[in-house]
Amino acid sequence: MSDVVVVDYGAGNTHSVRAALSRVGRTSVVSSDPETILAAERVVLPGVGSARSAMHHLLETGAASALHERFAKGDPILGVCLGMQLALETTEEDGGVFGLGLLQGHVKRLTSSRVPRLGWAIVEPWGDAYYFAHSYGADSSDTVATSDGISVAVQSGSFFGVQFHPEKSGAAGLEILEQCLSLV
Amino acid sequence: MPLPRLIPCLDVAHGRVMKGVSFVGLRDVGDPVELATFYSAGGADELVLLDIAATPDDTETMTSVVVQVAEVLDIPFTVGGGVRSVDDASRIIESGADRVSFNSAALANPSLITAIANRYGSQAVVVAIDAGGGVVHTHGGRVATTSKVLPWAMEAAERGAGEILLTSIFHDGQRRGFDLELTGEVRSVVSIPVIASGGAGNAQHVADALRITDAALIASIVHENPAGLPGLRRELEELGIQLRPLKERV
Repeated sequence: MSDVVVVDYGAGNTHSVRAALSRVGRTSVVSSDPETILAAERVVLPGVGSARSAMHHLLETGAASALHERFAKGDPILGVCLGMQLALETTEEDGGVFGLGLLQGHVKRLTSSRVPRLGWAIVEPWGDAYYFAHSYGADSSDTVATSDGISVAVQSGSFFGVQFHPEKSGAAGLEILEQCLSLV
Repeated sequence: MPLPRLIPCLDVAHGRVMKGVSFVGLRDVGDPVELATFYSAGGADELVLLDIAATPDDTETMTSVVVQVAEVLDIPFTVGGGVRSVDDASRIIESGADRVSFNSAALANPSLITAIANRYGSQAVVVAIDAGGGVVHTHGGRVATTSKVLPWAMEAAERGAGEILLTSIFHDGQRRGFDLELTGEVRSVVSIPVIASGGAGNAQHVADALRITDAALIASIVHENPAGLPGLRRELEELGIQLRPLKERV
């Protein structure tokens, strides 16, 4: 059994997340199979692709139910970028899509002057810079960190979600990844 | 606003980095994987790998380079050169690149921008514009087209590009500074970020560009200078440019 299951929703690049996991000493498997998701020690919901096709894939494969089940049990789940957004109630992306609803709040189109919001930005209150590449952002009462006034980390129960890409954020990113995965 | 980005560009042909990088301490200055690691450790915010040969025979070689670079890098990287179809983009992104960049193919078939953006998101789509005399050039700057730079930049953004990589072909290689006027003009007509490219000769040039735009592509200024990227970062910080704070892995 692998340490970590990286939930597959048919969106392509899971290489970087897996490479980062191996850098922090974790073995991983990419899967959308509910049994695999239920059995893995840790769950990562990665973040590349579009909201509608991702949710469709999660529902169709049964991965969504498995995620709900693990969340209800209090098992740690890390959401990255779109993976964080999908954990909220709804998103404006793709004309409006229902998310998993693990956390309170909604995902809205960014109102920043330049979208996509691309590049490294300092996250408060943590003080380190992380790499962002997003056009939508969370509006959530479960926010635990912000950047340029935007919610960039959310937490509720055993779900922790980050808007940035820890797998692309150098040493600071690996540190966060390690911390999230070590949560009991 | 995110912090301004420094993006070293590696020209790759047949799996090797061209325009030798004159550093001591590297085992193999032509190895893209070793150079990518080197620049990442030196504080690059992102990397661009440009396949300057990009013949169909090279496809497999380049794919293998992308896989190996993705394995070692923990910063984002863009791959350009030889992207002519959604399949080309898929092959590169699914091999581990974060973004693809293309120029001629976008001009010839602008719907390609939308198709790739729909599949992988706008942030994965970089439209490269080689500009000279107000018009877009193709074939490494050798062929002038009739497309005007500003309308083309706007169209690319509307069709779903997530960033523009703007090279001034008259400034490129001259080391007399970026074309700030052109960069400012393009940036003012689009609401996506713009990477300035072509002409960096010293830190002041890079600072000038980073004050007016989102990122600067750099090549010989770091490839040929022994102080390299960490030296450039220090100089930029002394010039008042706030770069991302680097963190050591403990």
